[in-house]
Amino acid sequence: MATVKTLILRAPGTNCDGETAFAFEQAGSAVELVHINQLISREKKLSDYRIMVVPGGFTYGDDISGGKILANEIRLNLGDEMRKFVADGKLILGICNGLQVLVKAGVLYGLKGESRHPLTLFSNDSGRFECRWVYLRTKADSPCVFTQGIEKMYLPIAHGEGKLVTESGLTNAAVYYTDERGNLDTGYPSNPNGSTDNIAGICDSTGRVFALMPHPERFIRWTQHPRWTREPPRDVGDGFHIFENAVEWVKSI
Amino acid sequence: MHRITVSIKADLPDPRGEALQKDIQDLGITAAVKARVSDIYLLEGDPTKTDVQRICQELLCDPVVQEYSLDETSAAADKDVQVIEVAHNPGVMDPVEESVKKGIQDLGIRTIESVKTAKRYLLQGSLPAEAVNTICDKLLVNPVIQHVVRQQEIVTLPSAIYQFSIETIPLAKMNDEELLELSKNRLWLNLEEMKRVQDHFSKLGRDPTDAELETLAQTWSEHCVHKTFRGKIKLGDTVIDNLLKSTLMQVTNELDKPWCLSVFRDNAGVIDFDGKWAVCFKVETHNHPSAVEPYGGAATGIGGVVRDPLGTGLGAKPIANTDVFCFGPPDYPHEMLPEGVLHPRRIFKGVRAGVADYGNRLGIPTLNGAVLFDERYVGNPLVYCGTVGLLPKDMSQRGQQHPGDLIVVAGGLTGRDGIHGVTFASGDLTAESETVSSSSVQIGNPIVEKKLIDVLLRARDMGLYRRITDCGGGGLSSAIGEMGEETGARVDLEKVSLKYSGLSYTEIWISESQERMLMAVPPDKVDQLLELFASEDVEATVIGEFTDTRRLELFYDGKQVCDLDMKFLHHGLPQLEREAVWETPHHDEPELSPHPDLKQALLRILGSWNVCSKEWVIRQYDHEVQGGSVLKPLVGVSTDGPSDAAIIKPILDSDKGLIISNGINPRYGDVDPYWMAASAIDEALRQVVAVGGDLRQVALLDNFCWGNPEKADRLGSLVRAAQACHDIALIYETPFISGKDSLYNEYETETESICIPPTLLISAMAVMDDTRRTISMDCKQEGDTIYLVGATYNELGGSHYYSTYNCIGNRVPKVDPAKGKKLMDALSNATAKGLVRACHDLSEGGLGVAAAEMAFAGGLGMELHLDKVSLGETMKRDDLILFSESNTRFLVEVSPDNTKQFEEAMAQVDFAEIGGVTATGKLEIHGLNGDRVLSADISELKEAWQKPLRW
Repeated sequence: MATVKTLILRAPGTNCDGETAFAFEQAGSAVELVHINQLISREKKLSDYRIMVVPGGFTYGDDISGGKILANEIRLNLGDEMRKFVADGKLILGICNGLQVLVKAGVLYGLKGESRHPLTLFSNDSGRFECRWVYLRTKADSPCVFTQGIEKMYLPIAHGEGKLVTESGLTNAAVYYTDERGNLDTGYPSNPNGSTDNIAGICDSTGRVFALMPHPERFIRWTQHPRWTREPPRDVGDGFHIFENAVEWVKSI
Repeated sequence: MHRITVSIKADLPDPRGEALQKDIQDLGITAAVKARVSDIYLLEGDPTKTDVQRICQELLCDPVVQEYSLDETSAAADKDVQVIEVAHNPGVMDPVEESVKKGIQDLGIRTIESVKTAKRYLLQGSLPAEAVNTICDKLLVNPVIQHVVRQQEIVTLPSAIYQFSIETIPLAKMNDEELLELSKNRLWLNLEEMKRVQDHFSKLGRDPTDAELETLAQTWSEHCVHKTFRGKIKLGDTVIDNLLKSTLMQVTNELDKPWCLSVFRDNAGVIDFDGKWAVCFKVETHNHPSAVEPYGGAATGIGGVVRDPLGTGLGAKPIANTDVFCFGPPDYPHEMLPEGVLHPRRIFKGVRAGVADYGNRLGIPTLNGAVLFDERYVGNPLVYCGTVGLLPKDMSQRGQQHPGDLIVVAGGLTGRDGIHGVTFASGDLTAESETVSSSSVQIGNPIVEKKLIDVLLRARDMGLYRRITDCGGGGLSSAIGEMGEETGARVDLEKVSLKYSGLSYTEIWISESQERMLMAVPPDKVDQLLELFASEDVEATVIGEFTDTRRLELFYDGKQVCDLDMKFLHHGLPQLEREAVWETPHHDEPELSPHPDLKQALLRILGSWNVCSKEWVIRQYDHEVQGGSVLKPLVGVSTDGPSDAAIIKPILDSDKGLIISNGINPRYGDVDPYWMAASAIDEALRQVVAVGGDLRQVALLDNFCWGNPEKADRLGSLVRAAQACHDIALIYETPFISGKDSLYNEYETETESICIPPTLLISAMAVMDDTRRTISMDCKQEGDTIYLVGATYNELGGSHYYSTYNCIGNRVPKVDPAKGKKLMDALSNATAKGLVRACHDLSEGGLGVAAAEMAFAGGLGMELHLDKVSLGETMKRDDLILFSESNTRFLVEVSPDNTKQFEEAMAQVDFAEIGGVTATGKLEIHGLNGDRVLSADISELKEAWQKPLRW
């Protein structure tokens, strides 16, 4: 069995690359930070990796709208490679800005090259960037590879444009915002951005492309928990299992 | 030109519009107004119809939530609809324009030459014309950077063609008056300094060029050379030769800690972290630009301080930010504002947004900070920004270039931004500051800086340069002038990459355009370096070389425009001599009521602007990015209690940590700046100890914001504060590693000069061996014992309690550092043993506020007995004990199993068991006679504390 190699995509304004790489390393993967220019120039080949991650940040300043410019770069330059990547059974993960990028590039819709998709991310209802921890519940029958065996999570969000808005009903939700007890529809701040149907994360029909607004890489060790100084300790943070699941899955292909 | 207007679909809420509605209400405009905000993109070029359509549909407009219109003017269709279009002034660059250009190119469209942006505000409702003007003036337009677009107006860039002609200043012929006239509003040098320059050039037998004169003015400015701190100060019978050396640097020399790796010599102070890595820390101020244009001023403040660690040693990765702001009260009456001054609320909101937008985009966590309010900050707010950096220990020393090394400037392009920013900071603010200084304000581009950081750290690790520094105040002039001091430098100014044409050689030389760094690159590495920068689309240009002439030689198109002796440039400045006086002021003592309502007093203090929750600010900063967060700014059962300090793990797979804290209390300075400084140090150190740290390896930074040092009383108070820094830090054994001063913080009106309260920020950075020993301030468990560690004195001078009587008083909190050190060592020893469950330091509002915060953060009650408090002197009033602000005190929660051991550990210092944690959900305080003198639900206390800034 060859080592699992994960590509962490860098672009101007990416800023969660370091801790995302660390999370994958902890989960047993080798990682490489690859600049978008290196992929577009074909200096680096996507096919050399088994997991591709678009980490959090403010790519190109989130000018125009969150993730839009990187999304276009990917849609117009890397569509074929990414389609093949998914078809080969490999995994794509987008976190925060990465979710905005994957949605706007159409990666969650099989990358058919269209610029128009029925789903987007929009300013939080509060009108503000917010950094806070949220309770999450996964969808029980989701095909999502990343959330298998995970029922609940507690993770931080840090975004200003995290409200999922859809033109049509959405079927591929994978993670929901809930309150502390796991109830849906309890409003702000449980649903921190006003996201439609409390959706915090989505996957494609294969379950191998997954994107979420909260940051699992910011809760892989117990001392990252906001109340770790007052609650009984746990071995790892809730977010760690996402990375573990991904690495375990690609080991089998 | 094509004009594209992108709006949110009419049936969807518009968050920007809603925020504007709220701001309009805050102005006191009661008319019902609905506001919508649209983005306007103006495309210059010759695109096809399909090109324009693709740009709209695939780039600018998100069809799920937005709609666009083409070439529509902003005329109002309805008399109840006001349309206001706001654009940036020529030369002010909106970073979005660059991104749009890139996005268009990605679509394969090459027909667009330039992009400009504007905003359209649609106000629906019957608003009188006067109200519309107020909304424009107070909320939408800042004339320093923006203007309202009249119809058909086309905004274009200044693209004048520059005709070279060398400008010399006929200095030789000038008399004193003419010299001062020349200096005024341009050079900000005093007569003696001007004469020194005149003398120098008359010996050379020629007149200086404008570039030479500007270079001298920049290098000799208060901002760059700290002439007040390095000057001779006469105070009474003593003459202090170099205040900086004899106080702040002196304590560091005396302590001579082996872990201080590079102090007071580089862009940030560097200390050892774990033998392999080092950490550095720098705090700067950006006060005057933030007063004039809060958003841009604060954003470039954070951008600037981040480049300090980046330009320290061979380059440090920025890993944490901390921000402290001082504003006028948010409820300050509009009609009382001096002319030309923005309202404190607008400054606050603008500064917060500027720091958040820039800091969040850079991916640097904003760990903690403070926001303080005082009427004297109305005309002159303070914006402190600090950055911590991480670098390999073997790269912690400043590099040294060799003659022949190339000068490479990298990052942002050079424009007219910030010209005379440094000299602007060395004068008082006046109503004209807004116009005089408009070129001093810049809009930062955080993504340019982020790209620069990323690629620079790669270049560092590949060893592609020998020395690095930031281009900050004074631009290339200061950066190259300083770097070339020991060798000499030659620069070809026409090689500098510009934002737009038309800049003169002097403008290029002194421009303070943001996001630029300067490197000394060995000739055999330069190709590799330029290639690396190009691969990540980061600008980098060779503009000259370091020489061995010890001269600063500038050329434009081969013609020499400056030839200065480095020795004169750096050592020619005459040492300043100033007079200082100090007289301890006497304030009225408050007439305390015989039976004050302690609950009401506590609620008032909790709800005061200075003490109240800053959650509104904190949540808009990313404090978790980079994954190193251990102790967050908000803690407790509902994660909304005020943490004492922040802790991060810079190295993710090690448990070693860094504690960042700060101490500041300008109110004490109204009584005595000496004890204000002492208290600020004590506070910063208390916070370190409260979260589980110790004093073994704590480095301090000083940041003095003072009034005009040419006035003897301002200078006298500065001397006292600096002396306290020496005296207190020496005994606590906490060296200063870096610092900064911003003087001239006064606002001149026609009748008076309003001076800020002398404000000293002390920032502390402590190395923590094991972050698993972290302690948070929230109460943990009912039945636990509460101790008050440290002695309480009748020290309420400058306290919050006295301020509720509108009094300052005279008994300012003092510090006994010898006792304090012993006490903090004992307490940190106890926390290291795991004996402490929660700990909160006592500061503003004393025991009352600390107990309330600790209780409501933990969601538990607390019952305390004032008769048990360990008193340092006789005190017979419950209110004074409850609200005394004596230093070096902590409220500590200990579980019943550990009380015996805890008491043993604390046996040699002042402490007392004063009560316990309860399940009642009430804070209950018993007075000296045993009666219950205060009982309040923690929910009520918390509400009072959270309400003021729930914006």
